[in-house]
Amino acid sequence: MATPCISVRNMTMAYGDFIIQRDLDFTISRGDIFIIMGGSGCGKSTLLMHMIGLQSPAKGDVLYGEESLWHADHKMRQRILKQTGVLFQSGALLSSMTLAENIALPIAEHTLLGSQRIREIVSYKLALVGLAGFEDYYPSEISGGMQKRAGLARAMAMDPEILFFDEPSAGLDPISAKLLDDLIRSLRDNLGATVVMVTHELASIFAIGTNSVFLDPETKTMIASGPPQKLLVESRDPKVIRFLTRGETENQEENKTKDQDICDL
Amino acid sequence: MTVKNVACEINVALNGRTLEASIIGDWVLDAQIPSLDIVLAQIGDGSTINRLVFSTEELGRWDSMLMTELIRLIDYGAKQGVQVDITTLPEGIHGLLDLVYAVPERVGARREEVKAPWLEVIGKAGLRTVKDSNALITFVGEITQSIIALIRGRARFRGVDLWRNIQDCGPSALPIVTLISLLVGLILAFVGAIQLALFGAQIYIADLVGLGMTREMGGLMAAIIMSGRTGAAYAAQLGTMQVNSEIDALKTMGFEPMEFLVLPRILALILIMPLLCLYADLMGIVGGSLVTVGFFDVSLLEYFKRTADAVHLKDLTIGVVKCAIFGVLIALSGCMRGMQCGRSASAVGEAATSAVVTGIVFIVIADSLMTVICNRLGV
Repeated sequence: MATPCISVRNMTMAYGDFIIQRDLDFTISRGDIFIIMGGSGCGKSTLLMHMIGLQSPAKGDVLYGEESLWHADHKMRQRILKQTGVLFQSGALLSSMTLAENIALPIAEHTLLGSQRIREIVSYKLALVGLAGFEDYYPSEISGGMQKRAGLARAMAMDPEILFFDEPSAGLDPISAKLLDDLIRSLRDNLGATVVMVTHELASIFAIGTNSVFLDPETKTMIASGPPQKLLVESRDPKVIRFLTRGETENQEENKTKDQDICDL
Repeated sequence: MTVKNVACEINVALNGRTLEASIIGDWVLDAQIPSLDIVLAQIGDGSTINRLVFSTEELGRWDSMLMTELIRLIDYGAKQGVQVDITTLPEGIHGLLDLVYAVPERVGARREEVKAPWLEVIGKAGLRTVKDSNALITFVGEITQSIIALIRGRARFRGVDLWRNIQDCGPSALPIVTLISLLVGLILAFVGAIQLALFGAQIYIADLVGLGMTREMGGLMAAIIMSGRTGAAYAAQLGTMQVNSEIDALKTMGFEPMEFLVLPRILALILIMPLLCLYADLMGIVGGSLVTVGFFDVSLLEYFKRTADAVHLKDLTIGVVKCAIFGVLIALSGCMRGMQCGRSASAVGEAATSAVVTGIVFIVIADSLMTVICNRLGV
């Protein structure tokens, strides 16, 4: 059994009285590429916000190792979250700063390194994501895919043990999305990080996901969990199967019945 | 090249209990289309006919115009229990209709305008006011905390941000402040001059302008300009950062947005406003001198001598202190609206608007209070 890294315990998420998801309970092991999937509007990103300390749960808790995130005081929570890095959907680079300044920000804040050393680390991080030489560009001067990679470089600035991604490949062309997937996997392999990823890109889910949880907007809870490949083969839930096959099995069945109709005629 | 539309017609023929509607001509958006009332009347309540078919041999071009009319017919027919046969329609129309009816309207999805009774409207407005004032108090509390952190030397923001903000709200604002203050001084002088000239007391224009600018108008004008200029900019900057999740990103990196973003902005305004106020005072006095010297036979030297006699350090101080307080209020309303901003482009616009409105309301209320206090204290 792999060591648990993050556990979500019996968590309910709500905006005021409106419940988004209830009774979420799953564990992410160290070294996983963990996928949070589900249709649009089912609360995937909200779940991520709860895991990185931006929104507090209505009930339940998130455990990092043995430590509770939501029963900790502010300082403790900051300390727990220091071992995480987050890539937001839009990249969320600070638009008034260059890429180098963006990436240097957390390093300068949390370490006592000199500016020359920080500059070197920044260049190394940018080179890792394939943006060597773009130090002095502003976020608005580079493309969306590059902004995402720069966001990834910033998320990795502090060598976090856990990386969170909010729809990393949304809005990217298939090739860039594939490259980003490869990048995420090789970072996991080489840095030994744990990756938690919100996505509904099937290609990514099957290519790199090692474990997953499926959120359903109708019953407002998780209806499946496990490695995506295994879910595809073993799940009996039509909603999960439909999602994982883009609804195509259903169409095949429909086509079959249509064919039969024609034969009957 | 324009194609002339063939006139549209719809003819109905009753065939037993089947109604046949022939659609003729070009049913396009810029065409004059006939009313469907005759067909609807024929369908009636569905008691005389049970089937509606279409014939389209003479149908020319068609677009959304025909589709919307057909949908109206089909919906009406379905409501009256008439079977509508769409199979005889051209394939394109058939396919589009299939798409339209493929996903049934979600129950409860359509929003209906509910007219709230006036009591509810008042109640909601009351609750909103309570919520707004709570938010304001919370925000002031958070600001106070970060100022305490600053005093203890623990606040974390980049010095370069502070300098950039000072540059933005100081030197960059000088041209507009110059223009407005000069004109306000000019206006004050003209307004006073007409009355004072009646008694041959033109020299007292200097008193009027000097005291008016230093005690009241210089600071007030600078504050209103800065509220529109910098308060709105703060709200828009912070609001956009909210929309782009930049503020969330800062939080996840362990920064307090209050310290990192809000504090340098507020500090910049608090530092700059008194200086801007002094500058506005000076410009106003210069504006007054232009009028007095130019039109009312007073020498420049006399004017400035008279001003120096009339305006005391006390008057200058009152104006500057007031203006520093206005600075706090402008920064507070700008940053608060920015941080409260929703996550859409229109929310950023609303944040900027309400930052200016809140800022000016605060300024005017604070100014009235302080003027009354000064008056009671006799300063």
